Amino acid sequence: AGVGKSSLVHLLCHNQVLGNPSWTVGCSVDVRIHDYKEGTPEEKTYYIELWDVGGSVGSATSVKSTRAVFYNLLNGIILVHDLTNKKSSQNLYRWSLEALNRDVAPTGVLVTNGDYDREQFADNQIPLLVIGTKLDQIPETKRNEVLTRTAFLAEDFNAEEINLDCTNPRYLAAGSSNAVKLSRFFDKVIEKRYLLRDGNQIPGFSERKRFGGGTLKSLHYD
Amino acid sequence: MSFLIDSSIMFTSQVLFFGFGWLFFMRKLFKDYEVRQYVVQVIFSVTFAFSCTMFELIIFEILGVLNSSSRYFYWKLNLCVILLILVFMVPFYIGYFVVSNIRLLHRQKLLFACVLWLTFMYFFWKLGDPFPILSPKHGILSIEQLISRVGVIGVTLMALLSGFGAVNCPYTYMSYFLRNVTDADILALERRLLQTMDMIVSKKKRIAMAHRTMFQRGEVHNKPTGFWGMIKSVTTSVPGSENLSLIQQEVDALEELSRQLFLETADLHATKERIEYSKTFQGKYFNFLGYFFSIYCVWKIFMATINIVFDRVGKTDPVTRGIEITVNYLGIQFDVKFWSQHISFILVGIIIVTSIRGLLITLTKFFYAISSSKSSNVIVLLLAQIMGMYFVSSVLLIRMSMPPEYRIIITEVLGELQFNFYHRWFDVIFLVSALSSILFLYLAHKQAPEKHMAL
Repeated sequence: AGVGKSSLVHLLCHNQVLGNPSWTVGCSVDVRIHDYKEGTPEEKTYYIELWDVGGSVGSATSVKSTRAVFYNLLNGIILVHDLTNKKSSQNLYRWSLEALNRDVAPTGVLVTNGDYDREQFADNQIPLLVIGTKLDQIPETKRNEVLTRTAFLAEDFNAEEINLDCTNPRYLAAGSSNAVKLSRFFDKVIEKRYLLRDGNQIPGFSERKRFGGGTLKSLHYD
Repeated sequence: MSFLIDSSIMFTSQVLFFGFGWLFFMRKLFKDYEVRQYVVQVIFSVTFAFSCTMFELIIFEILGVLNSSSRYFYWKLNLCVILLILVFMVPFYIGYFVVSNIRLLHRQKLLFACVLWLTFMYFFWKLGDPFPILSPKHGILSIEQLISRVGVIGVTLMALLSGFGAVNCPYTYMSYFLRNVTDADILALERRLLQTMDMIVSKKKRIAMAHRTMFQRGEVHNKPTGFWGMIKSVTTSVPGSENLSLIQQEVDALEELSRQLFLETADLHATKERIEYSKTFQGKYFNFLGYFFSIYCVWKIFMATINIVFDRVGKTDPVTRGIEITVNYLGIQFDVKFWSQHISFILVGIIIVTSIRGLLITLTKFFYAISSSKSSNVIVLLLAQIMGMYFVSSVLLIRMSMPPEYRIIITEVLGELQFNFYHRWFDVIFLVSALSSILFLYLAHKQAPEKHMAL
C-alpha cells in the first residue's frame, strides 16, 4: 500500500501524471495501447490491460482469496516496490508467490512459508518486470546503494528492472532506456501470449498484465 | 540504602518495559516499514515503559514491596515524566512530523511545529473549562490541572473502547449471528465482479482508442481545466468528446460498483472462514464465551444506566463487597486482611494485563488499517499519545476497584481530583458508546443479508 502503483499505471496508460492519487480499493483496471515491434514492418497494435490489485501482502486470508480471482489468465507480472522502503522489496517475493501460485495450484493454496525459491522462477513462463518508485525521494548520496540492491532483486526474479518517479513523465520519455525496457517487456508479454500458441496475431486483442502490490505490480503494497 | 535498592529495582524494570515496547514496535507495528526516524521508536517505547511502571507501582502498593516513602517518590517522578511526555513531547513531535509531510512548509519546520503545539495546548487547556473536575484551591500551573485534563480525554477513550468492545465481543464470538454463506454465493459474486471488470476494460479500450485516433489526427483534446475552461466548454464542444465523457461517466460508475463488489466478496470470504472456524473446538469454546460475555455486557449497560439515573457512584469496591458477602451471607470466616490483599492483587493484575493487551491489539489493528509509508510516523505518535492517556486514566479508574487502604496512595499522588466525576463520565460515555454500537451493528447486520439476497 502506498507504493505508487496507481500513479504508475496512470503514467503508463495516459502519459500523464496522476493528480490526486487515493487509496485503491479492490482492483482497478486501465488500458494501454502498445505498438508491438514498433518501427518494424511487423508493427501491430495491441491493447494491454493493466490490472492494479490493491491490498497488502499481509492481508487477511479473506482478502487474499478475493484477490486470487484476479490472477486468472495472467500474461505478465509487474512487481512494484517503494525505493524508500526496504521492506517493500522484501515483500515482493511473497507477492510473486501469491500471484504465480494461482497457476500452479488451482485450488488457490498459497505457499505460506514465504521462502524464496529460485527454482520456481527459473522455469517461470510469465515475464516479470520490477519497477522501483519514488526515486526522487532518495537523496543523491544513497542512490548508488539503493540501486545496487534493486539490481540484485531484479536478478533474483530473472526480470528486468526500472527505477523511476511516477510524478515525472521524463523517466519514460520516448527513446530513454526505461522506455526501451518497457517496450521490450510488453513485447515479450505479447509474444508469450500469442506466438507460442500459433502464428496468428489478432490485432487489437488484449492481454492482461497484473500489477503486483507493493512492488510493482498493481498489487497494493503497503 | 534501601532507597538505592529500590531505585535499582525500579530502573531495571523500566529498562525491561522499554525493551518490550521497542520489540513490540519493531515486530508488530512497523513490520512492513523501514524505521527511518528512530526518535519515533524511542518516544513510543518510553511512553510504554513509563505507563507500565505506573501499573507496576500499583501492584507494588498492594503487595507491599519496596519502602512506602520511595514508592511515593517514584509515583511522583513517574507522573511528572509521563505528563511531560504526553503534554509536551509527543504533541510537539506529532506537529513536527505532520509539517514535514507537507512539502510546502519544509523550510520552517520547527516554526510551524511550535505553532501547531501552541494550538494543541490552547485546546487542551480549554478542555478543562466545561468539566467540574477541580476543586478551586489549585493554582494554574500544577500537576492536578494537567492530570485532570489528560484524565478526561483518557476516560472518554476508555469508555468508547470498552463500550464498543463490550458489544462487539459477543457479536463476533457467537455464531448465532453468522449468515449462511455457501460456495455458490461466493462464486456468483466473483463472477459478477469479473464481469464488471470486463465491462470497465472494454469501455476503457474504446476511450483509449478514441484518444489515440484524435491525437493522431492532430486534434488536441484538452480537458477543460480551470474556471474559464469550463465556461468555454459549455458553448463549444468537440463532437467526439461528448461521447467520450459519457463513456467516462459510465466507467466511473462501474468502477464504484466494482469496488463495492470487491468489498462484499471479501466480506463473504471472511464469513465463510468464520463459519468453518466455528465448527472447530476452539470455535465452539468462543461461542460459549460469547454467550457469557453478552450477559456480562447487558449487565454492565444496566448498571451504567442505574448509576446515572439514580445518581449513584459505587462506594465500595468489588473486593470488599465480595468479602462482605461471603462473610455475612455464607458465613465463611477467614482472615480478611490477608485475603483482601491477595484477591485485589489478582483482580487488579487481571484488569491491568487485559487492558494493556486489549489496547495494544486494537492499536495494532488500527495502525494496519490506516497507515501508509508517509503517515506511519505520525500515526505511531498518535497511538503513543492515546496509549499514554489511556493508561493514566485507567490508573484513575482502577482506584475504584481497590480496597480503601490501597486507594490512599493514588489519592495522595494524583491530588484532589473529583474522582466521582470521572466515574460518572465513564458511565455516560460507556452507555452512549454501547448503545450506538448496538445500533450500528444492527444496521450493518440487517443491510448485509438484503444485499446478499438480491444477488
